[in-house]
Amino acid sequence: MRVALACLSMITLLTLIGCNKSVNNTGKDGQQAVTLQGVGATFPAPIYTRWFAEYNKLNPTIKINYQGQGSSAGIKNFMEGLVDFGASDSAMTDDQIAKAKGNVLMLPLTAGSVVIVYRLPGIDNLKLSREALAAIFLGKIRKWNDPRIAACNDSSVRLPDLDILVVHRADGSGTTYALSAHLSAISEEWKKDKGVGQKIDWPTEGFVGVNGNDGIATRVGVKDGAIGYVEYSFAHKKDAPLSTAILQNKAGEYVRATVASGTAALANTQLPENLRAFIPDPEGKDSYPIVTYTWLLARKEYPNAAKAKAMRDMLTWVLTEGQALSEELGYLPLPETARQQVLAAVNTIKP
Amino acid sequence: MTHQPSDLPVTIARAPSLGERLGDRAFRGLTLACALGVLLLLVGLVVVIGRQAQPAIERFGVAQLTSDTWSTNQDVYGLRPQIWGTLYSSVLAMLLASVLGVSAAILLAEHFLPAPIERLIKTTVELLAAIPSVVYGLWGFTVLIPLLDGPASWLHRNGASIPLFSTPPQGPGMLPAVLVLTIMVLPTITAIARDALAAVPERLREASLGLGATRWQTIRKVVLPTALTGIFGAIVLAFGRALGETMAVVILIGNKSTVTLSILSPATTLASFMATDFKEADSPLHIASIMVAALVLLLITLLVNIVGSLLVWRASRNLRGL
Repeated sequence: MRVALACLSMITLLTLIGCNKSVNNTGKDGQQAVTLQGVGATFPAPIYTRWFAEYNKLNPTIKINYQGQGSSAGIKNFMEGLVDFGASDSAMTDDQIAKAKGNVLMLPLTAGSVVIVYRLPGIDNLKLSREALAAIFLGKIRKWNDPRIAACNDSSVRLPDLDILVVHRADGSGTTYALSAHLSAISEEWKKDKGVGQKIDWPTEGFVGVNGNDGIATRVGVKDGAIGYVEYSFAHKKDAPLSTAILQNKAGEYVRATVASGTAALANTQLPENLRAFIPDPEGKDSYPIVTYTWLLARKEYPNAAKAKAMRDMLTWVLTEGQALSEELGYLPLPETARQQVLAAVNTIKP
Repeated sequence: MTHQPSDLPVTIARAPSLGERLGDRAFRGLTLACALGVLLLLVGLVVVIGRQAQPAIERFGVAQLTSDTWSTNQDVYGLRPQIWGTLYSSVLAMLLASVLGVSAAILLAEHFLPAPIERLIKTTVELLAAIPSVVYGLWGFTVLIPLLDGPASWLHRNGASIPLFSTPPQGPGMLPAVLVLTIMVLPTITAIARDALAAVPERLREASLGLGATRWQTIRKVVLPTALTGIFGAIVLAFGRALGETMAVVILIGNKSTVTLSILSPATTLASFMATDFKEADSPLHIASIMVAALVLLLITLLVNIVGSLLVWRASRNLRGL
């Protein structure tokens, strides 16, 4: 994974160097060649790079470079005008929008589920109630055979007398943001003590911090008694699938993370006018409880007409044909109403 | 006979031309500027970091260095766990690395092995220095940590009363970080210690052997004491490197702000902490506190490096008369 990322950034760098010259050249069909630069969240980086590569195959005159450096970097670079678009798992705060003088469109292009992964020999159908989930991540439940975990599982699930090791992200992350938003919605104690953020002040005893989604997946994959949280696709790698917990949603039902249960969670939430909707605790009895949109940050007005047109065309493609790629890469396609809303917003990009 | 000096060149020496003199001057000026530039760079670094750290220094003062809590929610930033983790991990790594590194240096300097094998080992050790630290980190995370799971649990089960093993192992933590740091600083220690040992004049060895000492006695009583300051300098320089190591430590140490003697517990260091925290820092006090951490780390490494350089310098001065 890391190696792949390194290769990717290398290639991006090389194309970057190679492309600077071509900005003002004209393509074969006489259309002006355009290069768009973007920086931001790593959560959607796999699907973004795939989209942009596919789009470039169809439209060779438009090149799009994306670097996954984290949501904070995306927002910073975007506000400073260093890139044509940013990307963030936590959208932008009202303060940040004000600083950008309102010249910003937050466009949810895709969504993802955060799954709870664990390793317990012989147990692959672990259920966690809302109370148990919050207590584990607060460090209040320290053993797997705790009655609060046993209470929500069938008696056929033989919980071992094993210490719980919570593996969390040490770096700032949109995945942590989504998890902490959910935990804040279901637990008063979490909301008060830990709050919502890309980085959390985790408890120390029985907790360990590692780098990246793949760091958590690797550690939970080998250590008995470990539990962690990753973006959906990291739990379903072909060579090393991990056990994922079945979580209790707002309606009280226990739901496993699938594309269907994730899409159900999205479908039950209306996007507001500014398209910034967090779904910390989705309604509906088929909904998987931890889902998050991830936003591309575009400008309402670009100084360059060719760039504005390229952004409009590319985003329109992503929101139509591009959506079909979501499922293959482990993301959730946008629900139809949301998709129409975002498309309408894309069409307002000027000039 | 009339002598015509103008025809016969008496000597090829001549006064330097104006151009050459100016060239010399310019070159001297250039080197001076470069040397001063390096000095200015360091001063500039300290000044800039110091200025950015000011809000935290004014707010917390020295208390920041002895406080344990780092919480963005409460806007409190204590650095004791980071300072402790930095020193503890580096000291432990040095203990291991100096035993291994000095042994290897003796083997290589005293010609115990046939020359080709000696060269092979020397090159291999030096090659360790060329491996990027992120590679060490990933190797440690995917290979070393799973390997250590068993032994670490055993140590905790059987030695929980010993402070070193008093906490349950969690995989990433002080132990794998120390082991990988040890490997990373090994080339520095081995190379410099070998040079120090090789600098001991052959006459001393011959004299010692001539007086009837065995080879082992010669190494122990004559060669090692003579080269001691140089070896110590090697260790101190390697110490400096271990203090600042970032990437491998971030991946391996488990990133927990704790102060404990247990090597099975996750911990954190100044460098790794800065690397993970800086990207998300928002409040001015938070950023300033990270700058304080940078300042402290700079100060520690600077001190250690000065001591190391002094020792190496003293060692070479002592040997000059021999």
